[in-house]
Amino acid sequence: MAPGAAGTAVSLAAAVRAGDLSATEVLEAHLASIEEREGEVHAFNLVVTEQARARASQIDDAVSAGNDPGPLAGVPVALKDNMCTRGIPTTCSSRILEGWHPPYDATVVTRLAEAGAVVVGKTNLDEFAMGSSTENSAFGPTRNPADPTRVPGGSSGGSAAAVAAGFVPIALGSDTGGSIRQPAALCGVVGAKPTYGAVSRYGLVAFASSLDQIGPFARTVADAAAVLDVISGHDPADSTSIPQDALDLASHLDAGVEGLRIGVVTELMGDGIAPDVRARVGEAADALERAGASVDEASVPAVTYGLSAYYLIAPAEASSNLARYDGVRYGLRADGATTGEMMEATRTAGFGDEVKRRIMLGTYALSAGYYDAYYGKALKVRTLIIADFAAAYDSHDLLLSPTSPTTAFALGDKVDDPLLMYMNDVCTIPSNLSGQPAISVPFGTGSDGLPVGVQVLAPALGETVMFRAAAVIEDAAP
Amino acid sequence: MAERITRDDVAHVAKLARLRLDGAELDTFTAQLANVLGHAEDIAALDIDDVAPTAHPLPLKNVLRADVVGRTLDRDEVLAEAPDAESCQFRVPPILGEEP
Repeated sequence: MAPGAAGTAVSLAAAVRAGDLSATEVLEAHLASIEEREGEVHAFNLVVTEQARARASQIDDAVSAGNDPGPLAGVPVALKDNMCTRGIPTTCSSRILEGWHPPYDATVVTRLAEAGAVVVGKTNLDEFAMGSSTENSAFGPTRNPADPTRVPGGSSGGSAAAVAAGFVPIALGSDTGGSIRQPAALCGVVGAKPTYGAVSRYGLVAFASSLDQIGPFARTVADAAAVLDVISGHDPADSTSIPQDALDLASHLDAGVEGLRIGVVTELMGDGIAPDVRARVGEAADALERAGASVDEASVPAVTYGLSAYYLIAPAEASSNLARYDGVRYGLRADGATTGEMMEATRTAGFGDEVKRRIMLGTYALSAGYYDAYYGKALKVRTLIIADFAAAYDSHDLLLSPTSPTTAFALGDKVDDPLLMYMNDVCTIPSNLSGQPAISVPFGTGSDGLPVGVQVLAPALGETVMFRAAAVIEDAAP
Repeated sequence: MAERITRDDVAHVAKLARLRLDGAELDTFTAQLANVLGHAEDIAALDIDDVAPTAHPLPLKNVLRADVVGRTLDRDEVLAEAPDAESCQFRVPPILGEEP
């Protein structure tokens, strides 16, 4: 790795602000890393080399002029390719949006720019963020930098791989059912999903609107905190944005876990979880206990129904959200003699199989005669999950679980069996259904030598305490 | 307990969702959707009639802003992204005369 490419976002920004490193030097070191290994990893759909160079040069000019470019001065960042970037293609890894140039920036993109970050590219994902392996991309799969025969997880697999490979110190992903945390775990990096409404989704291409959240990937807990501190806070452009100030995680990171009550979720430590993954979670729990927390088991019974509820609710919302891709206003248009035929031809040619599968599943779950049996039941299960979490948090400050049931699996292993693929999300889905924050922290490896992630869960807006525990786990990691 | 999804059901929802499937795709999707819905039988079977549904994790109310003109997208920039546009409007193939 070139000098500068191994630094954390926090250390690089400090060096750039102090004039010890130029943003241009930092960028070039990362571009060199990309040049070296991107052909193998395929983390990016697009690298915007020239725009990034121009931006880094602006940052350097600002520093020379005595101005402070901000807390992420000169830090290269990658964006999942479902976040709108004005004038820069945003594809969602789908043929149906290929070549589209959004006419506006997502709020998170604006906030990163205001903080001095340098966007280097758009990362690969499962088409429209639907998947757990980044194999459902129209532009080919991303590979896990820890072992290129394995998947990086998904759907934000490109962002996770870009951070793990040292292409960028930080990246953004979106998490609807685990799409930040699961790939973070499989690639051995930190990934956080904040409380629903804590980060603006203006400019995030919608998948399932009651579940989607944007969050950071980083190689350290402190870097993930620094990114969340920048991108969180109220945005009038997103009606689901919580009207409160930005988070302040960075200044509380070292507060430790003395006196905290932490529960290991019984239902997420059962037979469906690989023994080596369970062992790492147990060791992380021991580390928290040594640091002064009291750790016991916590039962959250309804999470066992999370998978079924999620795979009705998310497709139902997706079937509605993806109705907008009709060949009229943007993106692909296929030929048709009438508007109806044009729309059908466009959607048939533009969407991949997993997207079609979920649109049909959602349409079915919402249709007359089945609504009560499926979608209606799923919404009630959501109530049960929220209630069971609330009961667990009566006697606990935080909960602990695996992030993913296994380490990274081989490319091609699960592509033909959608239900088997969906099972990857069993530990991460409950936090999306409840709207609560959760973070995955790397903690050792499985028996195959591949990274394991431990998940810390918190009640709504409990990010500060959650990050304190994440920092303790990070320090104790083997 | 809901009935198992059939090939005709899948053909029907594909039509509603404006997707065209060939015979082999219909077979594959029917089997896969039946598999996923089969897993969902665990919640379909729950007796939870008295539980209130949750559609959204936040207690959202209508979010309003002052009725004043603000920043909007540039019309030409938006229309430039359309597959076909004419005189400040999106242009589409004929609508009248097609089957409902």
